[in-house]
Amino acid sequence: MELKEVATDVVERAMRAGATAAEAVAREGNEFSTVVRLGEVETLKESGAKVLGVRVFHGKRAASTYTSDFSAAGLGQLVSSAVSLARITSEDPESGLPQASELGKLDSDLDLYHQDVYSLSTEQRIEYARRAEKAATSADARIQNSEGGSFDAADGKKVLANSLGFVGEYKRSYCSVSAVPVAKDANGAMQRDFWYSVARSIKLLESPEEVGRVAAQRTLRRLGARKVKTSQVPVIFDPLVARSLLDSIAEAVNGDSIYRGASFLAGKLGEKVAGDNVTVIDDGTMPGGFGTSPFDSEGVKTRRTVVIDKGVLSSYLLNTYTAKKLTLHTTGNASRGLAGTPGIGVGNFYLEAGQRTPEQIIADVKEGLYVTEFLGFGVNLVTGDFSRGASGIWISGGRFAFPVEEITVAGNLKDMLNEVSEIGSDLEFRGSVAAPTIRIDGLTVAGE
Amino acid sequence: MHNSSFFFQRYGLTQNDLERYLGAALSAGGDYADLYFEYHTTTSVSVDESIVKSASRGISAGCGVRVISGERTGYAYTDDLAPEKIERAARTAALIASGPAKTPIVDLKEKQNRDLYPLALPSVDADVREKVELAMRADRAARAHDPRIREVRVGYADELRQILVIGSDGSFAEDSQPLARISVMCIGKNEGGQSSRGSAGGGGRVSLDFFKTEKTPEHFAEEAARQAIIQLDARDAPAGEMEVVLGPGWPGILLHEAIGHGLEADFNRKGTSAFTGLVGKRVASDKCTVVDNGTVPSRRGSLNVDDEGNRTNETVLIEKGILKAYLSDKLSSRLMGIPNTGNGRRESYEHIPMPRMTNTYMLAGQDSPEDVIKSVKRGVFAANFGGGQVDITNGKFVFSASEAYMIEDGKIGAPLKNCTLIGNGPDVLTRVSMVGNDLQLDEGVGTCGKDGQSVPVGVGIPTIKVDRITVGGTAR
Repeated sequence: MELKEVATDVVERAMRAGATAAEAVAREGNEFSTVVRLGEVETLKESGAKVLGVRVFHGKRAASTYTSDFSAAGLGQLVSSAVSLARITSEDPESGLPQASELGKLDSDLDLYHQDVYSLSTEQRIEYARRAEKAATSADARIQNSEGGSFDAADGKKVLANSLGFVGEYKRSYCSVSAVPVAKDANGAMQRDFWYSVARSIKLLESPEEVGRVAAQRTLRRLGARKVKTSQVPVIFDPLVARSLLDSIAEAVNGDSIYRGASFLAGKLGEKVAGDNVTVIDDGTMPGGFGTSPFDSEGVKTRRTVVIDKGVLSSYLLNTYTAKKLTLHTTGNASRGLAGTPGIGVGNFYLEAGQRTPEQIIADVKEGLYVTEFLGFGVNLVTGDFSRGASGIWISGGRFAFPVEEITVAGNLKDMLNEVSEIGSDLEFRGSVAAPTIRIDGLTVAGE
Repeated sequence: MHNSSFFFQRYGLTQNDLERYLGAALSAGGDYADLYFEYHTTTSVSVDESIVKSASRGISAGCGVRVISGERTGYAYTDDLAPEKIERAARTAALIASGPAKTPIVDLKEKQNRDLYPLALPSVDADVREKVELAMRADRAARAHDPRIREVRVGYADELRQILVIGSDGSFAEDSQPLARISVMCIGKNEGGQSSRGSAGGGGRVSLDFFKTEKTPEHFAEEAARQAIIQLDARDAPAGEMEVVLGPGWPGILLHEAIGHGLEADFNRKGTSAFTGLVGKRVASDKCTVVDNGTVPSRRGSLNVDDEGNRTNETVLIEKGILKAYLSDKLSSRLMGIPNTGNGRRESYEHIPMPRMTNTYMLAGQDSPEDVIKSVKRGVFAANFGGGQVDITNGKFVFSASEAYMIEDGKIGAPLKNCTLIGNGPDVLTRVSMVGNDLQLDEGVGTCGKDGQSVPVGVGIPTIKVDRITVGGTAR
């Protein structure tokens, strides 16, 4: 049976077994990965799998089950166990599928699937990994070691069906190449960093040589890093690090945290929460995007949502349940795994680019910190408190002076959103969340 | 012959089948091959806003085939346990090697004969209504703790992992690994509109009775509520280097991040760890002895056998300050010529095993916890932590305190928020000047991530004093 038929069959079985509504999600995919270390293949992995999850409703009670067993007996057990679990959960007035009128899918070509990621031979894939590592290790004599170069490819199909008659499916492909060199300085101290390229088609992947070259450069610039004195200085976030700030914003506007008051942005809809220069967008419709899909995990059409509009919080990210809780409408951001109630996920979530280049932004800083990596999880979304381990480069007189490490950067997200004094022009997607270089003032850098 | 055991019975496996699969895995040569069968069942219940919002149940099963040839590993898996699918996975994994076929030695004699987690009834098979009741009790207790507790979310989750590992070197092991956990998250809010968060949880390789008799839902609920209430009055943490006292139990995550990961043998084989080449050298003060122990009964990080079928052990990592050993698996012990410590673990049949920690803790010392606090002029007492992370190559590690207090003139003062600690793994323990006599293991909530694979772990530590570490707050 095709995946689509299995999903619709499971929905029908659930309805026959007494469910008042049901929804099935099925996923099938292949993955390939290889790591080449110091020129030799270290691992080669290749496999495929498929899984199925069902969510059933008994009136206002919901439960879910999942399985990797697609046999008739396996599917029968999946359904009967979901239906019986739905009798022991509580009546939840807001639970349920979306309204039939909210269901739908984008019908344009979203450019999410390219067969070429899976058409390479094993030797060619190994060669990608080998070339990336080679470019990194041959860049400089101080790079003699490496955690390897790697190449990954995957494709997957996702099917969603529900008892309101929605059936949708889409395919996505993905490939990536990366390098993780290790450099050693004259004192024997080591540093490691990485770089990567990711794309939906082999044709769009950056060359392994470019990936290796950038990885080497990022690693070498960390050698000789030291601590600095505790101070309050302007902090520049490189795009990779700025992206983690966007991750925090995405969590803070997640309807689930909003309705329970577990976010510093709860209740702030329509209010000024950031500087005029800050516009944050979630767009699940960008062709070829890493966060693009024709419909969300409840069968609602994906869309473009302006989350922060010139500093004003203009929308939360919502699924059906959280929208009902907040008496709003779903934004088509439902995201679900195999079991449990749907959560909320981003489409392509990004901070709109500004005008100035990163070089111009750095050149304005007399004394400051350029952060290239955050370590740890020191973000409290309830209060907005932010304190994370960091490493990067000290800026003196508008230029990079020396690498720094074993420091923390701390502040509060509420203030940080209002103190973004620069936004770079260098917005680039290497995943579903992206940000350009930014500068934030008023943060505490703790060190010696 | 174990034809009464789980996989043989359920899937009709025979010795012949296993020989054929391993034969296919070694059809292009290779030094070693193994099969990892897994049948994993889970249940979970979530209580939120005092109602049972969801309940779920799931099954995943599959087989992973690994072939090792020199330093190379080939891996393939299937979620369909039909013989032709397993054989196909074996032939795919075999592509890593290139040589004449080898013949596996298949021996179905079980070598491990202990049970660190004997249970009459694994909790996955218990009545879901009992799990709902446990979660509801936690909800009620958290709300009853203080009227400022506004939101409570309780999760109960359990699983049973049945595994069978068979290697071409005659190794064979089966295990049935239960795991259960309650977690409670509270949001507090005061009249001034300030919000806070508190969370707690625990469990282990235990049955449902554990939560009725030993660590009750009320215990975890009150702990989460207590933390949320304390945080309502917290002030900004200081910034800069100072004395830090870690409380007993979960703060042992310091050892996990600062020391443990850097001692995993794969990084040391590759020479990419800040601890590479330091065996026999001093990496801690002589008050510090640190072990990784997979054999503590019923603990979350414990295992009868690791995911390569080897017995787990108690491994002394640091003895009186001197680095003694790395944590290894089959591949790294063979390539490095060191003992296999039984730390080869994997998230599931979809993953290649690698050296991982089990329960990592520091042995108790001589000092009373009160004396440790009294000795501090101005510093931070970190009683509880959230997550942490380490860069194993430069040794820098970070972990964030979820409950911390100022210490001034030997007395515990105001609660602190936003308190992250950052240090350097190879020297942080050299600054440990006092070690308490109050070793505690954590309550059983830890999950460790490495290379995209999550596995349950435990940590533990007595009260300790670190003379100097950077505290990453905002206040002066």
